[in-house]
Amino acid sequence: MKTLAELLATHPFFRDFSPEHLELLSGCASQQRVDEGDFLFREGEVAKAFYVVRHGSIAVTAVTPHQGLVTIQTLGEGDVLGWSWLVKPYRWHFGARALEPTVVVGLDAACVRGKCDQDSKFGYEMMRRFAQVMASRLEATHLQLMNVYENRS
Amino acid sequence: MVPELYRVQRVRQETHDTFTLELRPQSGAARLTFKPGQFNMLYIFGTGEVPISVSGNPTGATLVHTTRAVGRVTHVMSRLRAGDVIGVRGPFGAPWPIDLARGHDLVIVAGGIGLPPLRPVIYHVLAHRGDYGRVVLLYGTRTPEDILFRAELERWRARFDLELHVTVDRGTPSWHGNVGVVTSLIPKAPFDARSAFAMICGPEVMIRFTAMELERRGVGTDHIYVSLERNMKCAVGFCGHCQFGPHFVCREGPVFAYDRVEDLVHRWEV
Repeated sequence: MKTLAELLATHPFFRDFSPEHLELLSGCASQQRVDEGDFLFREGEVAKAFYVVRHGSIAVTAVTPHQGLVTIQTLGEGDVLGWSWLVKPYRWHFGARALEPTVVVGLDAACVRGKCDQDSKFGYEMMRRFAQVMASRLEATHLQLMNVYENRS
Repeated sequence: MVPELYRVQRVRQETHDTFTLELRPQSGAARLTFKPGQFNMLYIFGTGEVPISVSGNPTGATLVHTTRAVGRVTHVMSRLRAGDVIGVRGPFGAPWPIDLARGHDLVIVAGGIGLPPLRPVIYHVLAHRGDYGRVVLLYGTRTPEDILFRAELERWRARFDLELHVTVDRGTPSWHGNVGVVTSLIPKAPFDARSAFAMICGPEVMIRFTAMELERRGVGTDHIYVSLERNMKCAVGFCGHCQFGPHFVCREGPVFAYDRVEDLVHRWEV
């Protein structure tokens, strides 16, 4: 059976992470199973963790005034879920619900923030990777907002 | 070039605003031949002429075009029925580099109405499957209702030699597939970025973002091809309507190697 550090090492988000940093991170990690339809977290709740998806798929959801709960993005194996744990006030901007039986590794937010504070090299590496995730999400949102496929006839 | 008369054999409504015409020469002669990516000028008598990429099988019996009703001519075209006659000039333009891509992985990225001009590539590749490495089709639309060629996509997804992923910008309660922009499918798509060829067709903004994501993945800009379809009128480079910087899209395109047009695509005023 693989250790959590070994599991994290196989995830694309942690590619080329040093063994020391993986070991450091694994102290904050725990594996979780989410049943189909269950929420991993809901919009507005305190963001106590972030997640890397190992198997299955997750819908990132938002509650809208007219349509109720809508899926704004789907994530799957190899994706990382959530950055609200990184910025105050540490509350989820969106919800996350499993679309099928899903396995994730959850990383405890307070634990990871603490290790980032203690080890600036580790902290920089985490911030660098999350900056890429945030930039990609921003780019995707930008493209979605432009509604590029709309028929404007 | 004088239009040849073609009779509408069949009209298929693909979505609420997009339709497919199957055409045969009225004379009974063989239909014109084309290469994937080329377009024809379709002439609705008394209304006007528009450039439409061929969306059918290069070896099929009929000439097939799929388009969206967006302007006066295509709105009239959407009301054509079997038996009606239209004019066809063509084929025109540079095709997709299907010969150059032989022996390599192939990534086909389509956005919205960008799938029809790429469909002949897929027919060709599937008919010559051994000539190519891994073949990946990534297709993004606005909503699930806007997905084109749904039955065909389902058949292709059932194949073991084609990797197909569909995503929509806006999900609906009954949609259980991917939600997110088409570029989000690229990082995990199974292809060898160092040698793969990519073919992109869709709105120009989508092309730009897709090309950037492919570059980020490691695909060289000389292996990325895009189809630009700008205001083509005469189809032979005389009228200037389709001028794109130093290029005439109807004559030099619509398919371009991305490294030829990359700077222009990133400038909004061109």
